[in-house]
Amino acid sequence: MIRRLVPHPLLSLTLLLVWIGLVNKFTLGNLILGLALGLIIPMITAPYWPNRPRLARPVRIAEYVAIVLWDIVVANFQVAMIILLRKEPDIRSHWITVPLRLTSPEAITVLAGTITMTPGTVSATLAADASAILVHCLHTDDPNAVRDEIRSRYESRLLEIFP
Amino acid sequence: MSFLAEVLISLSLVVSGVFGFVGSYGLIKLRRTMQRLHAPTKATTLGVGGVLIASMIFFAAETGTVSFHELLITLFLLLTAPITANFIAKTYMARNLPEAELPKNDAGLGWSVYADPPARSDKASAR
Repeated sequence: MIRRLVPHPLLSLTLLLVWIGLVNKFTLGNLILGLALGLIIPMITAPYWPNRPRLARPVRIAEYVAIVLWDIVVANFQVAMIILLRKEPDIRSHWITVPLRLTSPEAITVLAGTITMTPGTVSATLAADASAILVHCLHTDDPNAVRDEIRSRYESRLLEIFP
Repeated sequence: MSFLAEVLISLSLVVSGVFGFVGSYGLIKLRRTMQRLHAPTKATTLGVGGVLIASMIFFAAETGTVSFHELLITLFLLLTAPITANFIAKTYMARNLPEAELPKNDAGLGWSVYADPPARSDKASAR
């Protein structure tokens, strides 16, 4: 019964929090309106996410978000240093192939977004069968090390979150 | 407004200005399209982030209420920036970059911009 009424608890909670954030004022009326939106929208949109993955380990998710936010700040400084200090011919850009162990589209989307926001790398495209991701690295002397860092730092954590 | 709040606001604004400038300068300095993509996706994040932090501190110090709008802007920015970058990268690859310049992947199927996904004959026949 609860499952039918709240098919997607996480989406409901997100909608409620975003609604309260948007109106920017915490009152009982806004809370009820947010709850109504959080209940109705998941029900209407249910056909659009037939095979959604279940998330596991909320602590791991929080850890992952914290790591990514920190890495975004570090990435900003690294890219700024490369842009300001290196002469243009010294910037050695590489294409890197990262084989994927993740299989669900949602997990790969999160990984691709993380790669784009973090140190010196932009995710460009997937292999035709989604078994690898093509990454462009702004400057590195060791492409293999970048590939291994992506796999150990982000992908292994996502493997635990999306079982 | 307290002196400390003013210092913090000024600091965030200066940091955001510096990073916004570096991001724009990167667009001029870097020569290839794929390299240029790095400047706006990274350096600008902290540029916008600094303004948002300054705005939060300002309204907290001025009116005494915490504003959630800035957090939502950060959330939407983190969700949309990688997608924009991905679209630009894919368009560039499809129009200007021959597949021969890219490394191979282990599956030997080619990258999805150039190659179709493998036929799902196993699943289609099972239905």
